[in-house]
Amino acid sequence: MPLSDTRRAELEALCRKFRIDVLTALHEAQSGHPGGSLSVCEILTVIYFEKARLDSSDPGWADRDRIVLSKGHAAPMLYRILAEKGYFPLEEMKTLRKIDSLLQGHPSMHTPGVDISSGPLGVAFGAAQGMAIAKKLDGSNARVYAILGDGETEEGAVWEVAMSAVKFKLDNLTAVLDLNGVQLDGKTEDIMPLGDVPAKWRAFGWNVIECDGHDVGALSDAFDMAAAHKNRPTMIIAKTVKGKGVSFMEGNYAWHGKAVSDEDFTCAIGELGGECDA
Amino acid sequence: MPKAIRDVYGQTLLELGGTNPDVVVLDADLSGSTKSAMFGKAYPERFFNMGIAEANMVSTAAGLAAAGKIPFVNTFTCFLSTFGLIATKVLICYSNLNVKLGGAYCGMSDALDGASHHALEDIAVMRSLPNMVVLCPSDERSTRAMTRWACDYNGPVYLRLSREVYPDIYDSDIVVEPGKGRVVLEGSDCTVFACGIMVGKAVEAAGKLLTEGISVQVVDIMSIKPLDTALIEDCIRKTGAVVSAEEHSVIGGLGSAVAEAMAKLDVSAPMEFVGTNDTFTESGNYNLLLKKYGIDADGVIRGIRKVLGRKKG
Repeated sequence: MPLSDTRRAELEALCRKFRIDVLTALHEAQSGHPGGSLSVCEILTVIYFEKARLDSSDPGWADRDRIVLSKGHAAPMLYRILAEKGYFPLEEMKTLRKIDSLLQGHPSMHTPGVDISSGPLGVAFGAAQGMAIAKKLDGSNARVYAILGDGETEEGAVWEVAMSAVKFKLDNLTAVLDLNGVQLDGKTEDIMPLGDVPAKWRAFGWNVIECDGHDVGALSDAFDMAAAHKNRPTMIIAKTVKGKGVSFMEGNYAWHGKAVSDEDFTCAIGELGGECDA
Repeated sequence: MPKAIRDVYGQTLLELGGTNPDVVVLDADLSGSTKSAMFGKAYPERFFNMGIAEANMVSTAAGLAAAGKIPFVNTFTCFLSTFGLIATKVLICYSNLNVKLGGAYCGMSDALDGASHHALEDIAVMRSLPNMVVLCPSDERSTRAMTRWACDYNGPVYLRLSREVYPDIYDSDIVVEPGKGRVVLEGSDCTVFACGIMVGKAVEAAGKLLTEGISVQVVDIMSIKPLDTALIEDCIRKTGAVVSAEEHSVIGGLGSAVAEAMAKLDVSAPMEFVGTNDTFTESGNYNLLLKKYGIDADGVIRGIRKVLGRKKG
């Protein structure tokens, strides 16, 4: 069902808040990945607040939907969302990447709400496939979501899953490609051209949906279409902007994994309409 | 005539499939060789042939375990500890997931295929991963017991299996207990800590040396991790001379594990390492390969003679 205007506005407000809080945490940590955390914001927000069947009071609930952040470097956005869902207190964000923290540099299953550890690219996508197979074996209608970066698809293991998930007819698996066009060393077009991305996934036999990855309504519709599609896994190719929401970060590869300075932080929070004590 | 280790493993997997509905089995286009096909034929809905994609297979197993299944992953040893390593480390061991890794053709047991298909580094790789239990059967009965134990245990287990027939070591069903080794033969002059096929070779070596009046204690270190340091200490105190014997490189394997343990104990003794010596191997008949690379009873005897020469008093 399409999002109501009210719901759309609520989700957009959440995204604004999440962006501010994630930059605050990255500034506090003086380390981490701003670009990919900002580009995946609406994707994760729509999954967690609109689509996924979860119960934060029972993180181990066997029949919950599973969410695999295969592009694990976007962990700060995942953590902010998990805190909002109530898996742990928001104050934990201040400990990101620090010694003894619940919040590791990349997602770990030791953190409540994290369904699988990830980080090294291309590795966790296969785990999403394993979860989807397990759900089928159990006769469960739970769904599995996997979020990949576009640079991540340079890893060969991604294409092993592209082939096998079709063999196993995993229509309970929805993957999202955060297509922001930028990786650590530069534009994907320069580092390793991805070619005709939708055509590649279609050629492997996936149901492919293309949408604006910052439009919560379009994302919501895409997830509904994916859930309705039978016999094949779906790849939602979500066109995004790396560093979305902060003008000097947008599309700039330098912000893939750069620490946020005090000056940059002040500017960024100002742009996002937040307040900062830096 | 004993059965090949892979046949015993395949048969045991099949039996586990009948008793535990959570057991699922994955293979990467080698199920006819690893013998996981026996399970696949009986339980096709719980068998997943991933094609020639080991990295994907191990990641998929991690997801299956995270969703409550007990996956047994099968391929040649040489692919599991290489292509499968990143997922084994980051997904399985990091989160202590309930995945069982069956390394089907350890050491030089894929003999004719040559150095590219021999696995002489897998113990070093697998035992360095936190949370991983590393088990190495020495005969048919220990293979069956370890496979069953792995299924009951909740956590990552690496089973170092073989294509080959090993001579019987145990004459009755044994209970496998991680962190426990077994004295196979009592002796007083020297202890051989062995695993896998080398347990039988060490017993053979001990028999030959007995005719010269040399008394050799043979210990089956079936659990390479965790390691039975109490038994190792007792044996060192008793015999005062140590030889390790493994179908693996002398770098990082069983011998290294024993030496690390000895370094931390209050006892010490001269030690020799039987294994491949930082070298690539080659194609050939399995027994001829073992002989050429010193992975046989004569190799163990050479090690024992050397270590006895170094033994004080």
